[in-house]
Amino acid sequence: MKRQRLVLIGNGMAGVRTLEELLKLAPDLYEISVFGAEPHPNYNRILLSPVLAGEKGFEEIVLNGRDWYEENGIRLHTGDPVVAIDRARRRIKTLSGIEAEYDRLLIATGSSPFIIPVPGADLEGVIGFRDIRDVELMLAAARRYKKAVVIGGGLLGLEAANGLMKQGMEVTVVHLLDSLMERQLDKAASAMLKTSLEQRGMDFRMEAQTAAILGDGRVAGIRFKDGSEIAADLVVMAVGIRPNVELAQGAGLYCERGIVVDDTLQTYDPSIYALGECVQHRGQCYGLVAPLFEQAKVCANHLAGLGYGRYTGSVTATKLKVTGIDLFSAGDFQGGEGSEEILLRDPAGGVYKKLWIRGDRVAGAVLYGNTIDGAWYFQLMREGRDITGIRDRLLFGEAHLGDSGHGGESKAAAMADEAQVCDCNGVCKGDIVKAITTKGLFTLDEVKAHTKAAASCGSCTGLVEQILATTLGSDYSAPELKPLCKCTDSTHDQVRAAIRDLRLTSLPAIFETLAWRRADGCPVCRPALNYYLIATWPKEARDDPQSRFVNERVHGNIQKDGSFSVIPRLWGGRTTPAELRAIADAAERFNVGEVHITGGQRINLLGLDKEQLPAIWEFLGDRGLVSGHAYGKALRTVKTCVGSTWCRFGTQDSTGMGIELERMTWGSWMPHKFKMAVSGCPRNCAEATIKDFGVVAIDSGWELHVGGNGGVKVRATDLLCRVKSPEEVKEHCAAFIQLYREEARYLERTAPWLERVGLPYIKQRLLENQVGRKALAKRFHESQRIAQQDPWRERAEGKEAHEFEPLKRVGGTA
Amino acid sequence: MKNQWIEIGRIEDIPRQGSRVVKTPIEDIAVFRTADDGIYAIRNRCPHKGGPLSEGIVFGATVACPLHNWCLDLKSGQAVAPDEGTVPTYPVQVENGLVYLDLSQIERAA
Ligand code: SRM
Ligand SMILES: Cc1cc2nc3c(=O)[nH]c(=O)nc-3n(C[C@H](O)[C@H](O)[C@H](O)COP(=O)(O)OP(=O)(O)OC[C@H]3O[C@@H](n4cnc5c(N)ncnc54)[C@H](O)[C@@H]3O)c2cc1C
Ligand code: SF4
Ligand code: FES
Repeated sequence: MKRQRLVLIGNGMAGVRTLEELLKLAPDLYEISVFGAEPHPNYNRILLSPVLAGEKGFEEIVLNGRDWYEENGIRLHTGDPVVAIDRARRRIKTLSGIEAEYDRLLIATGSSPFIIPVPGADLEGVIGFRDIRDVELMLAAARRYKKAVVIGGGLLGLEAANGLMKQGMEVTVVHLLDSLMERQLDKAASAMLKTSLEQRGMDFRMEAQTAAILGDGRVAGIRFKDGSEIAADLVVMAVGIRPNVELAQGAGLYCERGIVVDDTLQTYDPSIYALGECVQHRGQCYGLVAPLFEQAKVCANHLAGLGYGRYTGSVTATKLKVTGIDLFSAGDFQGGEGSEEILLRDPAGGVYKKLWIRGDRVAGAVLYGNTIDGAWYFQLMREGRDITGIRDRLLFGEAHLGDSGHGGESKAAAMADEAQVCDCNGVCKGDIVKAITTKGLFTLDEVKAHTKAAASCGSCTGLVEQILATTLGSDYSAPELKPLCKCTDSTHDQVRAAIRDLRLTSLPAIFETLAWRRADGCPVCRPALNYYLIATWPKEARDDPQSRFVNERVHGNIQKDGSFSVIPRLWGGRTTPAELRAIADAAERFNVGEVHITGGQRINLLGLDKEQLPAIWEFLGDRGLVSGHAYGKALRTVKTCVGSTWCRFGTQDSTGMGIELERMTWGSWMPHKFKMAVSGCPRNCAEATIKDFGVVAIDSGWELHVGGNGGVKVRATDLLCRVKSPEEVKEHCAAFIQLYREEARYLERTAPWLERVGLPYIKQRLLENQVGRKALAKRFHESQRIAQQDPWRERAEGKEAHEFEPLKRVGGTA
Repeated sequence: MKNQWIEIGRIEDIPRQGSRVVKTPIEDIAVFRTADDGIYAIRNRCPHKGGPLSEGIVFGATVACPLHNWCLDLKSGQAVAPDEGTVPTYPVQVENGLVYLDLSQIERAA
């Protein structure tokens, strides 16, 4: 088949990133040509600042050398701008006269520095700060001349000023307003920044409007509106950027400030896509790379013909790249209605931190002097995390949350090399740092694979990420959105949406539709996808045992020696002499290695061979005992206390309630394990307030609690509500479980899920929306009709028999 | 050393992306069937801490050990980098839907 032709105009960061993403998805779909105005292959524009400051060389900032284009069969034309697009004939033309035809056109022409239209703006020595050529001109000027003026006290202007100062020039920054970086900083932080730059020798003219640039041939000075003048041998204009839209406009594409694109990065011409700084999306033009990279993913998705990616806009964060000055800003800090501020200000210590909170979420952050927690605030912001529970400690940073799950960077940096980071696998900080530096690791996944740190229970993940960040310094950028696994770029939420919206009901359908990189997935994605399928389409999707972890496949817990354990259900933690006798008889007859009372009010029979399982299950089943699902991402135990039947303080029949809840919910598959408890009074002997769903009986009814767990990172529940009748308890329980089943990510227990989406959201879905609650409960009961089959009974009767028998015995095996 | 082919069962007896065990007096052998019906036999003991590889999740021609997730290549028996270790592999053949295993190497190992 003849390949389609894709032409990229603009050999910059956004365009080439899109090609990289596209090649990952559909390496052979297109014959690709690239046209770039600059004479260079693709380089990292961001790093022009360190190049100007003399901290890096040009060759260090090349992202894709010419060999990359060659290896991928891409035809590259450099130093030759495209001057016309003929949409009717689908053809472009360059300055030198080359013509090329396209089936798909990608415009990524970036933007240009805005040059203030004052007299003298065209003099020699007046430049912008955008590309390698500008940097070369600045470096040349620094060798010959003394005085530089930078117009514009924004991010770019200050980085230019800093670089020129490092090159030995005397630099004056001219700014129209009274505070620097006014788009990223509030006044206080801006003043601190100015002081510290002044201490380094930078000079400022604030609230100064340039009226004319003076000189004859070459620039000699600047005159301001008030008539005053200063001398200058070099003027760098950094007052803003302008999307490069002329080419697109000339071709009749609809443009406003930028080329207007939709959520698929398509322009008004369906065969033309555009992205990067030249576009305008939902009214926004971006001037940072993070949004462009998100756009690139989506754009590649559509160019590859997959058609499901959506770009919905980005939240951005900035860091000033002036060595020695720590400054971070993200989100919206203009305040406005309903917005509150949390402030820490220590001028003597040179630290300033301010957070803007709106609707219990972080809306903006400005950090000066100590930016360690910038990434963390940014993450809270992007995830829209409810911060009610950590608000009092929020400003002190992640390290002060006081839980073992996260560790602050200060902690990571201060740790000794021999301090243990991963307590499961015994990995020390030194091991991690060494692996990062000697093996050139950049991502959490790589560190996990090489050192095993954070590869087991995961509680040290935060700390490992911090070590990665401190070790790599500015080379580290935390991934924007974490893909589900290495087989895909899609996140859990995107995959789930696709399963639902595109009615995908089998693993092969997902792999095919979402262009999975490995034909049959991997051990990370398959269990997750299998769960999403059966939870979304309980009737249509077929459970795939081969995509389940061994415990769920064989309905027992595998032990370190390869034997299995058997934990029957003891409903609501109550048992009878007959049940105990059955368990005792089973233990003797099957010669179990150990009998253990579990932490969940049940009895564990350990050390059974896989081959023995169906027989012991049959034995127990004949005596009325069924699987306790102690092995599953499923409903586990419902612990209870004796309650009003016996206890002198009991207010309700907690045991009865526990049994009813367990009868209602057993057998349901969940994103993670799910535990419940019912206590008969607020003394709470059943520990209901560290369960996924906890019930505490009170005199007037029942108190319902959600989102707790013991274990790695203990979390006490949040109070959901109080209800009167047992029916209401059950309805809320079913609805809560169903909401969790439908919306949490696989392996996300209720506690982290609740922290992510926030208690108000859960209340809104379960309490304010009563119709919605009933509908959730109804969906739960529907899926339970299919799920409530005792897996032990089925296997005792012969289901999946192959699972429990050897294929063959050879020779005299015992 | 002469080959010692023995018939161990039909290909359908092993689930796709799954494994069954052949027990011998010396050791257990895990026989795998991949999604595209490749058949491979390796010792059923993970080089890490002896986990039963037959219980792992199979993807491509790789199995992930059920105990601590090491991944082993079914063709070579090598642990997938960065893990290091090897598990012995045994020759298998499929003829008319019947699977044959060559046990001469275990004999030698014995
Ligand atoms: C058997 C049991 C220990 C015992 O002998 O008492 C047990 C055994 C295991 N627990 Fe547990 N947990 C047991 C009660 C608990 C409890 C107590 C409880 O349920 O009230 C907790 C704390 C409460 C909680 O979950 O919030 C508990 C918190 C954990 C955790 C940490 C969970 C967390 O969210 O942080 C893990 C790790 C995990 O799931 O990722 C875990 C994992 C495990 C695993 C599955 C580890 C594994 O993958 O092999 C152990 C399986 C052993 C086996 O093969 O049987 N177990 N585990 C208990 C079985 C209870 C039951 O009747 O079903
Ligand atoms: C000095 C500096 C520092 C920066 N620092 C940061 C930072 O710290 N963090 C951050 O997130 N962002 C930073 N940025 C912004 C970032 O570099 C841009 O957002 C990003 O490069 C935009 O990518 P793009 O592909 O849209 O445009 P570009 O990378 O500019 O690529 C567009 C390319 O198209 C070419 N072109 C234009 N018209 C034509 C035509 N008609 N025919 C052919 N080719 C054409 C241009 O020559 C250019 O090479 C910085 C920018 C600069 C200049
Ligand atoms: S605490 Fe749980 S996971 Fe840890 S050893 Fe005990 S049973 Fe196993
Ligand atoms: S025993 Fe196989 S990974 Fe540990």
